[in-house]
Amino acid sequence: MAERLEVLKTYKIYIGGQFPRTESGRYYVAKNKKGQALANVCLSSRKDVRDAVGSARNAVGGWSGRAAFNRSQILYRIAEMLEGRRAQFIDELVKQDSSPKDAENEINLSIDRLIYYAGWCDKYQQVFSAVNPVASSHFNFSVPEPTGVVAIVAPQNFSLLGLVSVIAPVIAGGNTCVVLASEEKPLCSVTFAEVINSSDIPGGVINILTGKPSELVKYFADHMDINTVVYCENDAATKKLIQEKASLNVKRVFFYDTINWKTDEGQSPYFIADTQEIKTTWHPIETVGSAKAGY
Amino acid sequence: MIAEKKMVAVPDFRYSPHIDHVGVEERASRFTKRSIKAETKVNGLKLTLNMIDLTTLEGKDTDGKVKQLCYKAQHLHDAHQGLPTVAAICVYPSMVSVAKKTLGDSGINVASVATAFPSGQASRDVKIRDVKYAVNNGADEIDMVISRGRFLQGDYNFVFDEIAAVKEACGTARLKVILETGELVTYDNVRKASDIAMYAGADFIKTSTGKVTPAATMPVTLVMLEAIRDFYYKTGKMIAMKPAGGISKSKLALHYLVMLQETLGEAWMNNHWFRFGASSLANDVLMQLEKERTGVYQSANYFSID
Repeated sequence: MAERLEVLKTYKIYIGGQFPRTESGRYYVAKNKKGQALANVCLSSRKDVRDAVGSARNAVGGWSGRAAFNRSQILYRIAEMLEGRRAQFIDELVKQDSSPKDAENEINLSIDRLIYYAGWCDKYQQVFSAVNPVASSHFNFSVPEPTGVVAIVAPQNFSLLGLVSVIAPVIAGGNTCVVLASEEKPLCSVTFAEVINSSDIPGGVINILTGKPSELVKYFADHMDINTVVYCENDAATKKLIQEKASLNVKRVFFYDTINWKTDEGQSPYFIADTQEIKTTWHPIETVGSAKAGY
Repeated sequence: MIAEKKMVAVPDFRYSPHIDHVGVEERASRFTKRSIKAETKVNGLKLTLNMIDLTTLEGKDTDGKVKQLCYKAQHLHDAHQGLPTVAAICVYPSMVSVAKKTLGDSGINVASVATAFPSGQASRDVKIRDVKYAVNNGADEIDMVISRGRFLQGDYNFVFDEIAAVKEACGTARLKVILETGELVTYDNVRKASDIAMYAGADFIKTSTGKVTPAATMPVTLVMLEAIRDFYYKTGKMIAMKPAGGISKSKLALHYLVMLQETLGEAWMNNHWFRFGASSLANDVLMQLEKERTGVYQSANYFSID
């Protein structure tokens, strides 16, 4: 009998709950350090960015309108799905130059990080909200609200952990996102998209592209319908470009370039707070006769 | 007028050409394969804007909403210099006087739906009075609906006579005849209804009310454009076309323009002979034009809601 041919996976991108190929039809070959080809990966174009932002924008209303507790359940669900695929991720991480031990550690940390942010979904509001003292008969309070569509250039070094660490706080806070996965180590990002796709996350909330930051960062920074840009590398010229272009529609810009994602430094409710707007409300309160103002 | 009409022999509509279902869909899909970029795209988009009948046809329409829409028609996006205006505002008869007054001498027409829009289920008398009311209030164009029920029963004479009567009531206003293709079921029926409308005196034939799905599609529009072409060859008379409903993206609008150009030719490529009935299309076109001008992808947040 002839030897069986292995069926290889097509690494596609993830937009609006679908797995299309890049509209440009381009690809690049992901290689490990020894120069072995691992897979042909979509080389996304600006039009993929445009489509992904469109999907993300459409998903903002539904996702931010969910009960915080429900978002929490869904993040937990991603962790459950990830747990079930652990072997596949370890395999891919090892292909991408991790030692088996590091790979094991990375998947563990990734799952735990999702659980961590699942827990925060309905708690960060209390932590970052405030009742403010004012000198008039108003009940004055500030609450965080999701900023909208967040564009993320994921860390290059951690194929899975980096991706999870930047996506989880953004969606925990009710935002939707467009993520450009690690260019050098893209395999886990596509597999993670498959995990998301079976985790009750509505289509469009997380969109994952593969390709070159050098080509696409510009569109992340100047797209008028993106509200926040997160950049996880330390390239001075790119940072400058992002800051300049982001001023067009006054995007929030965050550089997570010195963070060690393997440590506790890589998880914090302040990552959630970064992609929140603080809304302050002045609510008139009744003053009856000469009585003091009360709520 | 009557003598002129008699010069055109009215054919037996039972023998209108049959439509090749597969062929027409194949042909229509070809128009979506043209590559239109840069300067051509900008010109196409501007032409599209200029062909739009900016529409609000809702039970909740108020004077304020109509005034706002009229303002929008004249100031599509002030940040962008040199934009054309839309062709017309399309409203219910009760809103015609408000629209007319607000638009003044801006050159933008007021179109009014009439004849018991959108169902058309009323007596002829009511329909004619509906039309006259709109015309007397200053409507430049009347969008009538045909009696689809009668048409489907095969009562073509009734449909023909009704259109002719409405045309008479329109006076100098241009008449658009809405076939409501979504309710006509087959392409053969669309072709037949197009022929009836044109021979009965329509200035425009229009696909849909926008209240029924499917509304305008490219194959249906192609069938109607071909009916217009055949009518032109036979009588020498040009008829205008208006697809309406479901055209909300500028790319799709450009596909329609390609289809128009390749089916009827240059003479129809202006807002006297072609219109888009749409409400959200305008903003999408404006966003594309801004993208071409500034080089960055746009957000709906920076464009006025109509």
